[in-house]
Amino acid sequence: MADGSLGVLAPARSYVDIAVLWVRAAWAYPTSFLMLILGSLLITALDFVGIWVMFASIDTLGGFGLREIALLYGATGVGIGFADTLIGSVERIGIYVRTGRLDQMLTKPVPLLVQVCADQFTLRRLGRISQAGIVFGWAATYVDWTPARVLVALMMVVSSTVIFFALFTGFSCIQFWTTDSSEFANAFTYGGNTMTEYPLSIFPREIMLALTFVLPIAFVNWYPCLYLLGREDPFGLPTWLQFCSPIAAVVSLAGALLIWRSGVRHYTSTGS
Amino acid sequence: MSLIEVRDLERTFVLRRRSGGLRRAPSTVPAVHDLSFSIEAGEMVGYIGPNGAGKSTTIKMLTGILVPTSGEIRVAGLEPSARRTDLARRIGVVFGQRTTLWWDLPLRDSFGLLQKIYRVPDDRFRRNLDEFLELLDLGPLLDTPVRQLSLGQRMRGDIAAALLHDPEILYLDEPTIGLDVISKGRLREFLRTLNAERGTTLLLTTHDLQDIEALCRRVIVIDHGTAIFDGPLTDLHRQGGSTRTLVVDLVDAGPAIEVPGAVAWKVEGPRQWLSFPADASAAPIVAAVAVAYDVADLSIQEPAIEDVIRDLYSATEPRP
Repeated sequence: MADGSLGVLAPARSYVDIAVLWVRAAWAYPTSFLMLILGSLLITALDFVGIWVMFASIDTLGGFGLREIALLYGATGVGIGFADTLIGSVERIGIYVRTGRLDQMLTKPVPLLVQVCADQFTLRRLGRISQAGIVFGWAATYVDWTPARVLVALMMVVSSTVIFFALFTGFSCIQFWTTDSSEFANAFTYGGNTMTEYPLSIFPREIMLALTFVLPIAFVNWYPCLYLLGREDPFGLPTWLQFCSPIAAVVSLAGALLIWRSGVRHYTSTGS
Repeated sequence: MSLIEVRDLERTFVLRRRSGGLRRAPSTVPAVHDLSFSIEAGEMVGYIGPNGAGKSTTIKMLTGILVPTSGEIRVAGLEPSARRTDLARRIGVVFGQRTTLWWDLPLRDSFGLLQKIYRVPDDRFRRNLDEFLELLDLGPLLDTPVRQLSLGQRMRGDIAAALLHDPEILYLDEPTIGLDVISKGRLREFLRTLNAERGTTLLLTTHDLQDIEALCRRVIVIDHGTAIFDGPLTDLHRQGGSTRTLVVDLVDAGPAIEVPGAVAWKVEGPRQWLSFPADASAAPIVAAVAVAYDVADLSIQEPAIEDVIRDLYSATEPRP
């Protein structure tokens, strides 16, 4: 699926071009656009208040204090917020199959995944991202910053976005086989997000291992945050795992793209 | 080499049907079978057949959406399913029952998105858009969201959308379905102009024989997934021996009408049904009826595709 002379960046350019037009279209109704973002900011703000309230009666959770948990919470929130923005309509791929929209997209000269992601692109997650960003920023004042920690933090934001993007995409592909399975995918994406809002030390060791080596959600925030906070791994796992988020991101993205490809191939060979 | 080449094309679908209990037995159903044809650049070809004959399946394979089970396809020298995205720049596709436009966006934004998707240079985009807006009379609708357009308006919008990147081939799947007579006429006029002035190759599937009559010199008839006729429309009528029907409402009930070139085969009070060969002109028959009888109303019924195909079968296949 080479895109001719425009090189590897051509799909990215198409993505941005299409996304910008959608944002501009949404801006035709500025009030509803702003209300949408404000609404999501308010809803998600209440979300963290829940954790705050919990800390009125406890001092630590799984050995972590409020600010440490805020760091974890903010990091995963920013990651899923960016990923949710980038994947656009991937979650609704089953609807595209059913309505024939996917057939339309298959006759266009842009890679299908780019089209699906850019379709109906919206900034409605901006509220979520800002809320998580504020929580993260507040918690970050507690971190003893060094150049290495800044680097790990930056890698964490990019990697968590990529990991969630891969989870969204990979699990949405099930809809190529059974069109009504978006809830199943949500269990892993939003479910994974909820788990990472808490320190993984509250879970049994087996779950933590599964979240490291099976579904690499622990790399979204847990390992890099351990490094930022200068903490020993409560499960006694090696320190180098704390730098492995980019690797986990690349591996999960590659896996997701493979699943996507076989999903599309299944679709074009069965025409269901 | 021809612009479109199809050789020994096969496509089967696997259906899973419930066969008692929870077991689902798969069964294979051929959708396209042993299909071969070729289309030259600049042709306007009608691709007709009853529902489920394999028309849409063929279009999907020609555009690369569906991978053939076996056989060979070359469109503009490319194998569609392997080079789908490359081919996409050179073809336009209009599915009559679905829109490629974005429901909530005004037409203007949909066209803008397509410009980005196809990377049409600004000047060429402007030129094409201006021309299509003019020819398809879309100018006043540019700022209307697609969901507020009528079926005919939306179809015109879809056709403009499919042509903004100057495709060499335009596939139209049931383009006139559900349109009123005036919209159909306008659309056909536009497609004729497109073919004459830009040399765009047209392949259209339709249920409406009048679409074919107005546009295509050549027809391919497909039934049960295989081509049973490929040639000029007049030959189709001659081979099939199909007939058109003239429905006459007389002022008073009377005996069966007798005019040269047509036979009355049904009389119901003042209404009578006359049949005449589909490749003959209706004008002299209508004139003869009008001169000899007191006519209240007249209408002509075209043969339905199903009838043409049935006639074709009975004409080409030896009777048992």
